[in-house]
Amino acid sequence: MRDQKLWTWHLAAGVIILFLLGLHMAIMHLDALLGIFNPAGGHPIDWANVVARGQSLAFTTTYILLLGTALFHGLYGLRNILFELDPAPPLKKALSWVLILVGVGLFIFGTWAAWVGYQVASQA
Amino acid sequence: MEKDRGHPNRLGIWGWIGGGSWGPDRYLYTLHRITGLGLLFYFVVHIFVTSSRAIGQSAWEESMMRVTGPLFVLGEYLVFVAVAFHAINGVRLVFAELGLGIGKPIEPIYPYRTCLDDQRPWAIGALLLIVALVVVGALDFFVWH
Amino acid sequence: MSNGKVPEQIVFRIRRFAPGRDMEPVWKDYTIAYEAGMTVLDGLWKVKESIDPTLAWRASCRMGVCGSCGMLINGKAGLGCNTQISELATSVVTVAPLSNFPIVRDLVPDLRPLFDAHTALSPYIIRSDSSEQEEPTGEYYQSAEEMESYLQFSYCIKCACCMAACPTCATDPIYSGPVALAQAHRYNTDTRDDGFEARKDVLAGEAGPWRCHFAGECSRVCPKGVDPAKAIQLMKRQLVADALGLRKKRLPAELAKKPDGIERRPDIPEAPAPTV
Ligand code: HEM
Ligand code: HEM
Ligand code: SF4
Ligand code: SF4
Ligand code: FES
Repeated sequence: MRDQKLWTWHLAAGVIILFLLGLHMAIMHLDALLGIFNPAGGHPIDWANVVARGQSLAFTTTYILLLGTALFHGLYGLRNILFELDPAPPLKKALSWVLILVGVGLFIFGTWAAWVGYQVASQA
Repeated sequence: MEKDRGHPNRLGIWGWIGGGSWGPDRYLYTLHRITGLGLLFYFVVHIFVTSSRAIGQSAWEESMMRVTGPLFVLGEYLVFVAVAFHAINGVRLVFAELGLGIGKPIEPIYPYRTCLDDQRPWAIGALLLIVALVVVGALDFFVWH
Repeated sequence: MSNGKVPEQIVFRIRRFAPGRDMEPVWKDYTIAYEAGMTVLDGLWKVKESIDPTLAWRASCRMGVCGSCGMLINGKAGLGCNTQISELATSVVTVAPLSNFPIVRDLVPDLRPLFDAHTALSPYIIRSDSSEQEEPTGEYYQSAEEMESYLQFSYCIKCACCMAACPTCATDPIYSGPVALAQAHRYNTDTRDDGFEARKDVLAGEAGPWRCHFAGECSRVCPKGVDPAKAIQLMKRQLVADALGLRKKRLPAELAKKPDGIERRPDIPEAPAPTV
């Protein structure tokens, strides 16, 4: 795939991340100020709050979306940086494959965690 | 080729940090790169840590136990700061790299005006917004809790 | 700006390198007397004439037009001929060859990487009506506004100062760099041109503008006000729009209509026959 397309998606991913991660940060770190999506009170990472969010299909799907966009955005950014170090062409090819495999692997694993977490939370 | 007899004279990674004319946009570029890499590193670890919620309450609480303490609080605050910088500066870059806020082509008349001058108010605005977020974040992390 | 308080003696600290003799460039100091109005290039001449005739650099026009004398002056890329010693306001002036290019000798950089990248992006008007280009029957129409969309970028003198300052050029030899990209954009936006698709072969890949992160150093050092960073961001906009299928396609400009109903005055001589 050529950089014209990949970089266009890199930018688009950045914009999507902006909203999703902005919400994530507001929930996790501006809890004393805003206190959103932490129904059990206390700390946002208390199990009761994690379960409350995890029961929601909307949260689960947006987490999977954030997972995918952030992995693509971050790993393509890393690839850009590594390629600027001028590795030999075979090394570039190998790096691209390693990054693709790492990205796909982490996406599958994270999606599994989000999905099973959704079921665990729904039963809790 | 004569090239082999000459001296390559490339600045190398040193040239990523300095070596030009040391303009402020250079530092924003360097910080954007460092925060991007830092976030990527945190994110990969984060995926593993938060996956414990799929196993159940005790696994989650055990993994959360492992990441408590003042050092982790400071680390998480740094992640928050990195997100604030990378996100706000990133929005500025999205606009600029799509040709918005950098001015139109002009007749170059000395002293030359460049797109960096058109960008300056946006960069300052972005920095102010980042500072505001960093301060609110610090209050939330260390004072209101 | 000159404050009239330039020291009478100026030390030129020059980075010397002779292929075959030196393994690494070395700094050498030369002290010369300052004269009012002296440029860095004048100072180099003085050193060569009065101290060391082996000193090598490249210059021709000595008036900021030819693009030969790009060098690092007190660490910043600029033209030797249009940098006044008084404006530097230092008694030691360091002069080094442009970074990110191989050194041929002393202050002479090998600019082939620049010209190769420039050539690879077809910096000329590309059209399908080649017969009209070879044997023109008129002029292609272009309005003043259309010309202003690229005019600024056409002032580039290929001095390579921007590439010496660019962080990406510091490590990546495949990146086309600000000169070639600004020139590609200059032709892409020229309404007489139809070469966007042809140049896209190079621009869409690794040599394209994606390696530019808007660090802006190129525009900051450019001695001609070309503002290559602006050209590159505008180019990204076009290419992103193209990737999304949103780019406004246009046909290349047609021949300008000749005014009707006007008689040529008999006392105006015919243009001479083309010589090439
Ligand atoms: C919050 C929303 C975000 C926005 C708006 C955003 C925006 C951007 C933009 C516009 C670039 C390209 C800059 C350039 O042309 O050099 C970029 C690069 C990058 N981003 Fe993000 N980003 C965001 C979040 C993230 C996250 C969460 C990560 C980590 C997972 C990340 C990692 C990177 C990396 C590694 C680069 C490459 C940096 C470089 O080449 O210097 N970004 N980002
Ligand atoms: C340092 C501050 C952060 C904290 C305290 C935090 C906390 C959490 C928590 C508690 C969860 C579990 C889900 C939930 O309870 O809602 C989670 C999931 C997630 N977080 Fe964060 N997070 C932080 C930063 C980030 C950053 C910087 C990113 C993006 C690059 C991110 C992306 C995600 C994603 C994608 C998930 C879902 C993971 C999965 O399902 O496998 N988080 N986070
Ligand atoms: S863009 Fe400016 S600095 Fe770069 S080669 Fe052209 S004139 Fe020189
Ligand atoms: S704006 Fe782009 S081309 Fe210009 S110096 Fe910065 S990275 Fe290089
Ligand atoms: S000698 Fe021609 S630009 Fe300096």
